[in-house]
Amino acid sequence: MLGRKIGFKLTFGVVLTVLLAIGIFAFFNIQSESKSLLTEVERHANQLSEAVKSDTEYDMLHNDRERIHESIRRIGKQESIDRIRVFNKSGEIIYSSDSTEIGKMVDKKAESCYRCHLAGKPLDRLEKQERTRVFRPYQDSSRLLGIINPIYNSRSCWTAACHAHPQTQTVLGVLDVTIPLIEVDRNIRRSQVAIVIFAVSAILILSLIVGFMVRWWIDRPVKELLTAMTHVAGGNLAHRVEVNRDDELGMLARSFNNMTESLAQARLQLFQSDKLASLGRLAAGVAHEINNPLTAVLTYSSYLLKRSQGQAETCDDLQVIVSETIRCREIVKSLLDFARQTVPKKRKADVNEIIGRAALVIENQLALGRVRLVMDLDATLPKVTVDANQIQQVFINLMVNASDAIGENNGSIEITSKAISLHPKGVLQIKRALCRKRHDLVDRRVQIDSKPAISMRFRKKKHSGIIHLNPMYGSDEHRLNDMPALEEDVELLCPDCSTSLIAEGELCPKCSSPIYAFEVPLKGLVQGCLHNGCGWHRWEQVDSGWNDEFVEVRVADDGCGIPKSQVPKLFEPFATTKGQKGTGLGLAVTWGIVDNHNGTITVESEVGVGTSFIIRIPVGS
Amino acid sequence: MSLAQDILVIDDEPMVTQAVVKVCRAEGMTVTAVDSACRALRCLQENKFRLVLCDIMMHELDGFQFIEELVRRGIQTPVVMMTGYSTVEIAVKSLSATGVVDYISKPFTADELLTVILRSLRCSMLLDEAESVCLPSNGSMSYVPCPADYYRFGYVSWVLMEDEGTARIGVSDLFLRAAEGIRGFELSVPGEELVQGTPCAVAISMDGSAHGIMCPMGGKILEANVDAQSTPSVVEKDPYFRGWLYRILPPNPESDLRWLSL
Repeated sequence: MLGRKIGFKLTFGVVLTVLLAIGIFAFFNIQSESKSLLTEVERHANQLSEAVKSDTEYDMLHNDRERIHESIRRIGKQESIDRIRVFNKSGEIIYSSDSTEIGKMVDKKAESCYRCHLAGKPLDRLEKQERTRVFRPYQDSSRLLGIINPIYNSRSCWTAACHAHPQTQTVLGVLDVTIPLIEVDRNIRRSQVAIVIFAVSAILILSLIVGFMVRWWIDRPVKELLTAMTHVAGGNLAHRVEVNRDDELGMLARSFNNMTESLAQARLQLFQSDKLASLGRLAAGVAHEINNPLTAVLTYSSYLLKRSQGQAETCDDLQVIVSETIRCREIVKSLLDFARQTVPKKRKADVNEIIGRAALVIENQLALGRVRLVMDLDATLPKVTVDANQIQQVFINLMVNASDAIGENNGSIEITSKAISLHPKGVLQIKRALCRKRHDLVDRRVQIDSKPAISMRFRKKKHSGIIHLNPMYGSDEHRLNDMPALEEDVELLCPDCSTSLIAEGELCPKCSSPIYAFEVPLKGLVQGCLHNGCGWHRWEQVDSGWNDEFVEVRVADDGCGIPKSQVPKLFEPFATTKGQKGTGLGLAVTWGIVDNHNGTITVESEVGVGTSFIIRIPVGS
Repeated sequence: MSLAQDILVIDDEPMVTQAVVKVCRAEGMTVTAVDSACRALRCLQENKFRLVLCDIMMHELDGFQFIEELVRRGIQTPVVMMTGYSTVEIAVKSLSATGVVDYISKPFTADELLTVILRSLRCSMLLDEAESVCLPSNGSMSYVPCPADYYRFGYVSWVLMEDEGTARIGVSDLFLRAAEGIRGFELSVPGEELVQGTPCAVAISMDGSAHGIMCPMGGKILEANVDAQSTPSVVEKDPYFRGWLYRILPPNPESDLRWLSL
């Protein structure tokens, strides 16, 4: 389990590397330190040996053996010297600091002799560095350093009065000094221990620090990502990773969040289109089944109406049957239209009149629920170009919803109409946007405020991605996927053909940043500033030829209100707040109709206080 | 000819055929009702009818198979298609089929039904006359057919493709004559989007009936003929040139043209 963790692997790798490095360092350090200590002792021994040699030289020339004995014994007594011996040519110990040895013969193979006597013929000369040797006299004794100093024949020797040495002899004897290495060895061991302690503590501290860093910088964020992925894999697309860092893992987390968001949106879209598809099938079935009985009702009632001209009362009743059956026909048709998103049949019409007709239709329902209907209609309202049947449907839907919200609480519905003027910014939705090669930039898969967004590809140095702009004209909102400030050196491209969308040679008149531009078919060029927060937009054809006249109708009730959490989903098909009572289609159809009239519909609601739907429809040409 | 009945109505829903029979008989027409296309074929073999009113969604033989069978058997009685599953595709397919003179979607009022039936009866009469007279040189043609290069949408409307990618659309002379005397036109406004197979304008005849003119090609209205609106006689006298209705910008004329004939 532990071996499978990335943090453990990383820590283990780093610790192993450190272990190797410090181990090699410690090894060579100990080696070189022992070597330099030994060299120092060697130098010291050499000096000592030369000192003994020169000290005894005079006595040797005068053949004063007693004085030589005395000198060697005196010097050999020093603590830092093991012993001093002098061999003659034949290997007999003639002087020694240990007087018991004097007169003993030493074999050529003894450790003090074999260096010169290794080859059959003894060496005449021995180089300085070859004179020393390190050895243990017994298996378990401490080490000793021996230095042999050959005593060469010289003129003063063979001319001396004692005539002890002939001229032909090269080496007269050997001075052998041995020094104990016990102190040196102790020093070496001490430094070995120190280095091992250093190495172990360094490795321990390093692994602790590395382990902590790996845990903090890698293990934890990776673990969080892993948890998030498990959540998402399990279908919880609302899960987000908390991002509070700027490194690659932070970027990964941000990208992951963006991906999850897109995925959630795509799923919602799929879900919605799936619902729409089943709605379409349902509508087709319903249309066929309902239209046949409706044909009989409508044909007979309209036939009766024709025949009963002159009987005012019957005529009026039949007129209601005929017009209501026609309304049924339009409802069935609007079901089909909603699924197929066909265009409305628009004529000039008086909105007040449409409201009146709608009110007439549900008068009875309101009376039954003891709901008061208050109308405050502006008599000077301009005529609007609308599909009267569809707009009537909108008002009926809203009034039925209002009366359902009031329930049995004896509330009231207030309908007000007035003419208003609106600036195109924030009202007009860009429904098609073309690049220079006429690819549509509107991406139906991504929605901002439930409107298909305008998508552009950006490239800035190493960063690239898709920007989604809010399609409302004048809106400054855009959704970016991890990107730095847009202003300079940025390329904006059509996602389909990579044509540049930057307006060449033009700068924002407000902040002099570069601007983007795209074409709306038959409605000219839309331009906008790239600087985040500037918000400059221009749509010449709309700005100059905009008819700012709108008709606003407000349908307000003092019913139960809609919880805030349900407001964003209100206009989705099959989203109902009425439980089993509703189909969840009313507001979806309403939204579709208003949108098809280039109008807007908004909600203001407070639980326990009431709900207002505000519809704004352009008066049009 | 005097022995011929006026109408044969086919629908597998008895409530519908009964209603149609009642309305038509009240207007003095002779009507036979059958509940399947197979029975209708037998009826047509034995009797003569001036018009067939046929439902589309039926068991056994559906409306489209029925008209194919008529063509195979050489029966030239004009057909009005009706359906409760009224989609643009079905409307377009119906109107462009051989032998079909008109289309009506269910449910309809008695007046709407009568308007379509009376217009179709006159249309069938005009077509008959044109075939029997067959003397183009004497100028007594009962109606003026579409000029060459004009695409025809059934017997209702026409399209003329223009060089700039725009198209001019209008109503056929046969339709106007069958509607008998137009009092005025209700046209849509420029900027609106037209869809092939849906009514794009309404012609009001002298008796006050509203005749929906089915749009031959979809697209955005660039211009509506103001002359047609102010002086409807322009359209009646010269329906193919000065009497055009709209100039439109079709987004994909090729797919719409498949349903039209030259």
